[in-house]
Amino acid sequence: MTKANSAIEVAGLDKSFGRTHALDGLDLEVRTGEVHGFLGPNGAGKSTTIRVLLGLLRADAGTAQLLGKDPWADAVELHRRLAYVPGDVTLWRNLSGGEVIDLYGRLRGGLDPARRAELIERFELDPTKKGRTYSKGNRQKVALVAAFASDVDLLILDEPTSGLDPLMEEVFQRCVREERERGRTVLLSSHILSEVEELCDRVSIIRKGRTVESGTLADLRHLTRTSVTAELVGPPNGLADLPGVHDVEVRGNRVGLQVDTDKLNAVLRSLTESGVRSLTSTPPTLEELFLRHYQDELEEAGAR
Amino acid sequence: MTATVTSAFTPRTGGSRQLAGTAALLRLALRRDRVLLPLWVGVIALMVVSMPGALETAYATPADRAELARQLLTNSSLRATYGPVFSDSLGGLVAWRIGVFAAVFAAIMSLLIVVRHTRDEEESGRQELLSSGMVGRRAPLTAALLAALVANGALALLITGGLAGQGASGALALGLGTAGVGMVFATMAAIVAQLTESARLAKGLTGGLLGAAFVLRAAGDSAEADGSSVLTWVSPVGWLEQLRAFAGERWWVLLLFVGAIAVQGAVAYELAGRRDVGMSFLPTRPGSATGRLGTPEALAWRLQRGSLLGWSLGFLAAGVAFGGITTGAADLVGDNARTREVIERMGGQAGLTDAFLAAMVGMLGMIAALYIVQSVLRLHVEETSQRAEPVLANAVGRVRWAGGHLAVAFGGSALIVVVGALGVAAGYGQDLGPVLGAGLVQLPAVWAIGGAAVLLYGALPKAAPAAWGVAGAVLIIGWIGPALELPDAVLNLSPFSHLPKLPGEAMSWPPVLILTAIGAGLVAAGLVGLRRRDMVS
Repeated sequence: MTKANSAIEVAGLDKSFGRTHALDGLDLEVRTGEVHGFLGPNGAGKSTTIRVLLGLLRADAGTAQLLGKDPWADAVELHRRLAYVPGDVTLWRNLSGGEVIDLYGRLRGGLDPARRAELIERFELDPTKKGRTYSKGNRQKVALVAAFASDVDLLILDEPTSGLDPLMEEVFQRCVREERERGRTVLLSSHILSEVEELCDRVSIIRKGRTVESGTLADLRHLTRTSVTAELVGPPNGLADLPGVHDVEVRGNRVGLQVDTDKLNAVLRSLTESGVRSLTSTPPTLEELFLRHYQDELEEAGAR
Repeated sequence: MTATVTSAFTPRTGGSRQLAGTAALLRLALRRDRVLLPLWVGVIALMVVSMPGALETAYATPADRAELARQLLTNSSLRATYGPVFSDSLGGLVAWRIGVFAAVFAAIMSLLIVVRHTRDEEESGRQELLSSGMVGRRAPLTAALLAALVANGALALLITGGLAGQGASGALALGLGTAGVGMVFATMAAIVAQLTESARLAKGLTGGLLGAAFVLRAAGDSAEADGSSVLTWVSPVGWLEQLRAFAGERWWVLLLFVGAIAVQGAVAYELAGRRDVGMSFLPTRPGSATGRLGTPEALAWRLQRGSLLGWSLGFLAAGVAFGGITTGAADLVGDNARTREVIERMGGQAGLTDAFLAAMVGMLGMIAALYIVQSVLRLHVEETSQRAEPVLANAVGRVRWAGGHLAVAFGGSALIVVVGALGVAAGYGQDLGPVLGAGLVQLPAVWAIGGAAVLLYGALPKAAPAAWGVAGAVLIIGWIGPALELPDAVLNLSPFSHLPKLPGEAMSWPPVLILTAIGAGLVAAGLVGLRRRDMVS
């Protein structure tokens, strides 16, 4: 049933904790060799999904396949081929960071010593410090170095950059790109939308344990609005009546509007009829995409 | 609950900002310890208060008791363990028999409370968030010491009330002295907690100081029959006997407690006010940049070896001490028919020495049950602190991961029992083979308790800490059950009740084999549960 080109294939996943319905028919497909963004607000079920994929939780219903195998039954075999970075890394107080990196490396498929040394340098990590003396960001680096230096096919990163400074965020992004170039698959759960926008080939947006959107950023952008501002030669005419146009604002010869991306053509035609002096068109950011899916939730919460 | 805690706090003005938030933190501490504290206080008080009944059973007439006291005075190895006896009244014998132990337990309770609410909080990072509120620099330490004071005060009250029948002023002296030793070690722990960055190290160091105090007192008491040795006066554990509860109380000795508590408290306060949150006066050494750990078994060993070493040393010391008093103890009960009967009922057959050895080794076995529970529950600690999750996300199966820790738990319990038995044989100076056999025969019972802990952890992870309750119940049944004349149905609940009482009794294989099978079955059932359930996040 699994397509050969899918590293992760999840369908109709259900998981409850007592009365809390954490996953409610979640679907997720990550293709081999891609960097896949996994987005959703707190409590949407991202970490629960990842823990099912790691065989730490057993799903109540639905199917999950990881590299063509069952994450619950074949956990150990699968874990040899994947590396995981949790969002909150806890270390043993009496083990140094270097010891933990080597331990995790050995417990996976092995570790490339040259790459380990290079990564420690790039992340500016002191491997001799002991567990409790690391700051949050440095604990993340320990897990990141261990993951990136491991010889694995799949990386599962659950909000891996929480606590990293912008310079280290940059290093992280470069490392993820290198992983993709080597043909590895990355599942990246994140709240940092610019990071996802920068790195991911495709994204899945989940909400309340269910996938609400999945596709390339280009696909998703088609589903949303582009904002257009223009300075015209003459007054605009009939713009507001065009299908898919919203929030038209006219000030003399200047006009600003929002348009459903697939209706952009008609708007441009109408603008050129009036003569265009200048034109800016901004595609929707991921942030806008994201917010649109949670708009009603925000409204419920009384925001805006 | 948090709401109550925060709303109870009213900011103070003026010069006492260093203590701002103490009331709120104290309430938080008492709320967090709402089960732990009553349990500690209750068990220690019960131990003391049940003693007159037990002694009355063993030494029924005043003449018996006078004879006991006379012999005790001449037996230096018994004095080393229990301290000298100052009065042959029932109260005086209670103070002799249990005073030192109640004081040591009160000290352990106090040092755990103080470290738990000071260094533990800082190490876990929780203090940072608390201290970002209106919490003064010295408030956490004050709240921790007040929590210890509440516990020790309750203990003093219960002991005084429970023993009042033996004489009110003696009961008060024993209660205050026990609580006094507790508070001396509370303030000592307060200093140590400022010095180290690790809560575990702070507990270990203070526990080591307590051990040293006990040894000083033991040496002093073994040298002098009336507690007049300088060594006894130097040890806070010895001050309790200097109070002479039930033997013409010397109230001025309380000033020693007050003085020590005040001085140590002042030092701890001075240090606490000068240092950064989370930092310590002793630096932590850097570790190795590369590691050799490569298997889950090696990781389990690395994580548990320090604790196993500590337990082994403790068992060795306790074994030597038990072995050392064996001859004296057997002589002592030799002439008393009723005591002989009780000792025989508690475990012995022919030969009082054998009976005493069997009782002591049996005690080591029951204490080893505490070790195995602690060691098995390390799995629970690893899981709930989220350190298990990344390990299990590697190519490590749950059973293999648990297996490493269980090997340390079950093998380690065998190691400490053997080391303890070797200590007993060394202290006694003979009978190595029989004593070693007596030690080994304890293991099936220890492992059965360990199996119960594995089952609880594997099948009912939320109830895993209940394994402590199992070990505690076994200890209470074994320790004071016979003296309290509990019905056999209750005594038989403990696996230790079914073991042959070696040396002395004939070896009997069925209970040993059955208990081993039960232990193995419980472990297997626990591992099956662990494989099937969700990991707790």
